Amino acid sequence: MFPELNSILNSTPDSFKSSDFILVSDRRANASFLIQHYLAFYLRAGCKVCFLGLVQSFSHYSAVGQRLGVSLAQAREKGQLVFLEGLKDSIGVLLQEDTSHETQPLSYLRSPGAGLEGLFRFVERSMRQSGDGDAGESWGPPVLLIDDLSVLLSLGVSVGAILDFTLYCQATMCSELQGNMVILVRCEEEDADDDDDEEGSNLLQRGLVHQCNLALHVEGLPTGYCRDIHGQMEVWWRQRGETIYNQRKIFHFKVHDKGASFFARGTSSAVL
Amino acid sequence: MAAPCSNTLTSFQKKTRSKLVSIPGTRPSVQNGQLLVSSGVSSLDYSFFHFIGSLLVMEDRYDSYSRMLLKYFLAEGVVCGHELFLASARDHPDDIIEGQSQPSDPENPGTMKIAWRYQNQPKVQTALASSVRFGHYYDVSKTMEPELRQAAKCHSFYQLQETPVTTGSSPLPSPYHALLKSIQTVIRKEGFDGSTPQSKVRNVLRLGIHSLGSVLWGDDVCCKDNPAHCHALTTFLYILRGLLRTSLSVAMVTVPSHLIQNRAVMGRIIRLSDTAIALESFKGSEETNPLYKDYHGLLHVRQLPRLNCLSCEVPDTKDLAFKLKRKQFTIERLHLPPDLSETVSRVSKTELAAGCGTTAMGNKHLDF
Repeated sequence: MFPELNSILNSTPDSFKSSDFILVSDRRANASFLIQHYLAFYLRAGCKVCFLGLVQSFSHYSAVGQRLGVSLAQAREKGQLVFLEGLKDSIGVLLQEDTSHETQPLSYLRSPGAGLEGLFRFVERSMRQSGDGDAGESWGPPVLLIDDLSVLLSLGVSVGAILDFTLYCQATMCSELQGNMVILVRCEEEDADDDDDEEGSNLLQRGLVHQCNLALHVEGLPTGYCRDIHGQMEVWWRQRGETIYNQRKIFHFKVHDKGASFFARGTSSAVL
Repeated sequence: MAAPCSNTLTSFQKKTRSKLVSIPGTRPSVQNGQLLVSSGVSSLDYSFFHFIGSLLVMEDRYDSYSRMLLKYFLAEGVVCGHELFLASARDHPDDIIEGQSQPSDPENPGTMKIAWRYQNQPKVQTALASSVRFGHYYDVSKTMEPELRQAAKCHSFYQLQETPVTTGSSPLPSPYHALLKSIQTVIRKEGFDGSTPQSKVRNVLRLGIHSLGSVLWGDDVCCKDNPAHCHALTTFLYILRGLLRTSLSVAMVTVPSHLIQNRAVMGRIIRLSDTAIALESFKGSEETNPLYKDYHGLLHVRQLPRLNCLSCEVPDTKDLAFKLKRKQFTIERLHLPPDLSETVSRVSKTELAAGCGTTAMGNKHLDF
């Protein structure tokens, strides 16, 4: 969990907005450190978290989580964390001709054209289960985290099917269950004459940005590579209920081993 | 206050945690203890880490140097005693394996005759090298001795000799599916995923896949605008990533980028890999930039690996170039060659005049 990011977004594990849809995106950079932040944030806040880890192994998130002060293994044992390990489970689905019902969430691998209903049912089931831990404690509002959604495009799922999935998730998680949703989408470079964009991640990102309440977009510095400033993050406060904020701010950041620091443009410690 | 002990000064005993698995040819990273292997090129090892469980993708326009790097990677595996798996659709895997280079000592600088005082001075560190030597050097002018090569256990997959298998309902075309099954079988049978108890010392599997994505793999993503299998290559890489993460293996894949014109597909390939580099050779181009005089090409780092850690080791600069000097392939930071022309220390008066503009005439009395 990054304290500076908490103060920028004005939220702490003790007090944060509910029914929030946060979209994290990046272009030619890697914004997965923000997903790690939210994972640690919501686990600390005592929420029930459903994490769709589609691109890294559980041990990767666990190792980073340790650095940020949360134990994923413990959270999973207690029932606070439901983790879908996409990479490991996909091998069985695609190579083993196994059609048992446990592989339903990843059914899009075998038939990408059929959509993501199986995945949605998995999310819904995990969130609607009574969230009582071993000690009888009940968890906070449910949270859905996805890392990352754009990999589904590489596996043949269409943009339309993914947008349908996020709409269903938002209706269930945010409106019905008063929970939050944080999704990572990785985009390609904008290309003016790119005709293939009907299938592209840029279209997905644009579609999702209209649905979300808060958009964090990470890019490299426009001036080129720098060792001390790893990139810039644009925070776009969009809408909240009936109010439309539409406020944008850009920050620079540097990712360390145990966290990340954010600062206003031009105030990096390497420069001052 | 510590209770006094009769025999020893202190009763403190360090707990030895030997949790780090020790495998020949690997070393733990200083940053997070993650196991690393050498790629066979020491300057490449310095640029970024080669984690076990990671996938490296190499783009090369004309496949000239990427093939050489693949051979270095496999040769390093032979020398370290790792197991190899090589898959290829164009050249027979045996040809690639037989073409590996012989390990040798690094070039020793000869003794100097005139400037002997400077003999013991450290050389300028433009070539990337770390103080801890990891990996071996190879002499590209000599092929590896057969005894050394045959001592290594090697599995190969040659697409043209495989019988096509009907894959049923798999969205992957037959060659990719067969290759993945073959890799999975080797991992299971040899125990790289920990499924079979390894009575022998644990080992690493090095996977090399040559020219993935070309038409010889049954993939038409490179040659058609609307390919029938536009997601086959990316799905293959996704499953390969999963296999690598769940076993003690590391993979190097070369992709002929001149065949893949679709930048969206290349972007997805880069994001599905851990490390992605692109080699841009100057061969065939009329490159007259003096900056590139000593080099054979540029090395672009498209993506750095980020395994089990929040941030990866960040290099000083991403301007890297490579050259093949006599026997070795090295990667260096791009820098200007020393200016050895005669006029280097004397600025001619006309140049000075041109630079100073209107005050040129007035400065005459200041010229010594």
